[in-house]
Amino acid sequence: MAIPTGTLPKEEVRLSKEEVLRYSRHLIMPEVGLEGQLKLKRARVLLIGTGGLGAPLGLYLAAAGVGHLGLVDFDVVDFSNLQRQVTFSTGDVGKHKTAAAKARLSGLNPTIQIETFETRLTSENALELFRDFDIIVDGTDNFPTRFLVNDACLLLGKPNVYGSIFRFEGQATVFGYPGGPCYRCLYPEPPPPGLVPSCAEGGVLGVLPGIVGSIQAMETIKLILGSGEPLVGRLLLFDALGMRFRELKLRKNPACPVCGDHRTITKLIDYEEFCGIRGEEAPPMTDGIPEITAKDLKARQDRGDDILVLDVREPHEYQICNLNGKLIPLGELPRRVNELDSSREMVVHCRSGKRSADAIQFLQKAGFKKLLNLKGGVLAWADEVDPSMPKY
Amino acid sequence: MAVKVLIPTPLRQFTGKQASIECNAATVGEALGSLTGSFAELRKHLYTEEGKIRSFVNVYLNDEDIRFLDKENTQTKDGDTISIVPSIAGGSTEQK
Repeated sequence: MAIPTGTLPKEEVRLSKEEVLRYSRHLIMPEVGLEGQLKLKRARVLLIGTGGLGAPLGLYLAAAGVGHLGLVDFDVVDFSNLQRQVTFSTGDVGKHKTAAAKARLSGLNPTIQIETFETRLTSENALELFRDFDIIVDGTDNFPTRFLVNDACLLLGKPNVYGSIFRFEGQATVFGYPGGPCYRCLYPEPPPPGLVPSCAEGGVLGVLPGIVGSIQAMETIKLILGSGEPLVGRLLLFDALGMRFRELKLRKNPACPVCGDHRTITKLIDYEEFCGIRGEEAPPMTDGIPEITAKDLKARQDRGDDILVLDVREPHEYQICNLNGKLIPLGELPRRVNELDSSREMVVHCRSGKRSADAIQFLQKAGFKKLLNLKGGVLAWADEVDPSMPKY
Repeated sequence: MAVKVLIPTPLRQFTGKQASIECNAATVGEALGSLTGSFAELRKHLYTEEGKIRSFVNVYLNDEDIRFLDKENTQTKDGDTISIVPSIAGGSTEQK
């Protein structure tokens, strides 16, 4: 079944001579042909996120001739994005991602229309943004937006081509397909913040979003063409290290609050509250945690004060840069706490201050009193004390 | 019954980096119990304080979600594979 696409009457969409040549390798395939290529040209696809997953999505969908692409992102290109977000060039650093992506994709295919939305997706704007598109592709990087995209797609009856990644593992499926399951059928609730070890275990192999985003692009094109077997009711798991694909059955949950028999969610909610957080950019919980700035720590060390510096990052992070502190990764702290002397004053740090705040809360419960959190972590040290130290 | 439990990347830090664990268990619940018995830190990531499997973690026996079978009482047989599939959200994960 093809997802109905576009608002233009069929007869008004044609291919120019140049487009026939451009898409000739599609046109000579019976599975696409002229009819399929016209479906692609009429299609309107909205990409949520132009980052790691959005890069191959944008490139392949533009190249394939999807006639109208929408790009939603609020972010600017950062130097650390270039390792995986292959839409962007070094010269794009500092530019808005939607603008840089539009320039790149228009260069690739000037015959398509690209609409940019330089905004964060919210409960207030999601329905309005989604309404004019046929298919929504979720390439975001956080739980609140995942649930928001799911619920908005279901309320509007639009398919949601889903992909997500973690280090070297990926998941992909199509939610919101007529009769198929949704994200909440799979995961009724998000993990509480802090329980999923995303910080210390963060990072992603640059090729991984390329593969998972390409799978999403393939599924999007199949939905438009109505050909093949869509990835509906199946969760594709990809393990890049083992180089294995596995497939699990996804079933529609009759008790699902948004697509089940007795729906309790009939409008968009506050997804950050639902996920127990107040925004991605929210400062870490530092209430009641005494802090020290990098400058003050340096001054006290220079003065000869006896301070133990405890680094709660991972060993591979320690190799990138360190403050000569004692290394005990946050995850190992509970069983290695006896290595620490509670009578000494201790400054705990991580990369930016979040993990060290968690470590201090743990140590406070374990009876430690002389604790200070290095405000802003090694990043602040690099900014305020030692500009030669690499940041990551 | 000899079964294999596949450990997803985010939880491997609690299993000494092992990607799969073999154990003997007659049900899925027994296999998970044996797993959290060997790796105590894993327990709070799989179960709530009331001892229920967390709702953002799905457990599969082969390719079926145990929520649609007999949940943790689902019987296993020799050679079965149990997968733990937590929700992941990354599109371009950043460290904090």
